[in-house]
Amino acid sequence: MATAAPERTVKAGWWESFYQGLTYRGYEGHWAWIFHRVTGLGVLLFLTLHIVDIFLLTLGPGVFNSLLALYKAPAARILDVFLLFGVLFHAVNGLRIVIIDFWPHATRAHKAIFWAEVAVFLIVFVPSALVLLAPLFGWGGGAQS
Amino acid sequence: MKAHFKIKRFNPEKDREPHWEEYELEVEPTERVLDALQTIKWEQDGTLTLRRSCAHGICGSDAMVINGKNRLACKTLIKDLGSHITVEPLRGLPVIKDLIIDFTDFFAKYRSIKPYFINDEPPPDVERRQSPRQRARFDDTTKCILCGICTTACPVFWADSRYLGPAAIVQAHRFLFDSRDQGAEERLPVLSAHGGVWKCRTVFNCTDACPQGIDVTGAIAEVKKLLLFRKL
Ligand code: HEM
Ligand code: HEM
Ligand code: SF4
Ligand code: FES
Repeated sequence: MATAAPERTVKAGWWESFYQGLTYRGYEGHWAWIFHRVTGLGVLLFLTLHIVDIFLLTLGPGVFNSLLALYKAPAARILDVFLLFGVLFHAVNGLRIVIIDFWPHATRAHKAIFWAEVAVFLIVFVPSALVLLAPLFGWGGGAQS
Repeated sequence: MKAHFKIKRFNPEKDREPHWEEYELEVEPTERVLDALQTIKWEQDGTLTLRRSCAHGICGSDAMVINGKNRLACKTLIKDLGSHITVEPLRGLPVIKDLIIDFTDFFAKYRSIKPYFINDEPPPDVERRQSPRQRARFDDTTKCILCGICTTACPVFWADSRYLGPAAIVQAHRFLFDSRDQGAEERLPVLSAHGGVWKCRTVFNCTDACPQGIDVTGAIAEVKKLLLFRKL
């Protein structure tokens, strides 16, 4: 026998479910997913700006060179570290997802795989970030002039 | 010990929105959250509304959000949580009253993957035989108690009500990988359609929360792979 539908129910709206999503106590996979989406969208935003900045080449060397001067500013190095973080995390985490998609048994060790990913990420990220930031600390000449 | 409970309440006859209410009570650390909720209902506030049936982790009716994570109240010991405990109804489905949510949509999705044995061949004189290996192939997904914890822990399900959700896919897995079943052609179109397995983003909230310890994300990944490499 079919039961009658309840008279009145409440369901979370868009904002509330967004808030609920952030307050759900997720673990490794939950945070990896949130970071993957944020970095994916962040890199997409960068790529959009980047296509515009490379397009400025068509306006002649003057415009483009002043743009490069902007990229050489110390603040840009800090933004570079964010970009490095985004691209690198997205790439390494993307590979983790590909492994799980093609080898479902890997899900049994999903936490270990996540922490291995974090290790790989840090091994590449920390030295690269130091190279990027070196000129800010007055170390060496930086990777390039 | 003294326990402090914060419970999200909603009375459809009086409230427009859910609100929090707080309760203090004496509990044994070895008691379960379900015991404390019943003590509150019996001794402090008889209007507190929740579902429970077996009280031993097998009927799947008392799934709720306890300290931010989906759990069965009857399988969660107070000593594992500490003295401050928050209880909310499951997310992603409508709340009927207090901790009771409307599972209509959940079971409609469950039925859509045809969760029953399909085989048109006449039954043999003896049982339909299966090797231990063939039986082991889908053993994990036979343990599901349909509590809805996985589906309502999934961010994709919260955001997109068209998604079948992990529980329905786990049930599909149980039949798809059963060597005696022949219903794949009827189930796979549903699983590869818009709200099907490709919505899964491998977040693992389902696997982390399943009270039966089922490798939910692994089962979904196996169904994805089946769809991907199936002969057309
Ligand atoms: C190193 C190369 C890359 C790899 C290995 C990679 C890998 C992946 C994978 C496997 C997914 C699917 C995630 C899932 O199923 O949960 C994904 C999603 C995504 N990627 Fe990438 N990706 C790369 C580069 C990029 C770039 C350059 C951008 C931006 C321009 C980007 C933006 C996105 C976005 C927006 C998503 C959707 C995120 C989501 O659904 O949560 N990716 N990526
Ligand atoms: C700060 C780091 C980066 C620098 C200094 C840089 C520099 C450049 C330069 C100089 C070009 C022009 C090359 C040419 O036309 O000969 C270029 C093109 C391009 N870069 Fe980058 N890039 C960076 C990061 C990235 C990232 C992270 C992505 C991917 C998400 C990317 C994607 C591209 C693409 C798609 C083009 C071709 C764009 C076009 O032709 O409009 N770049 N980049
Ligand atoms: S797979 Fe686990 S969490 Fe999901 S409905 Fe079945 S028993 Fe509950
Ligand atoms: S009351 Fe049956 S599973 Fe908890």
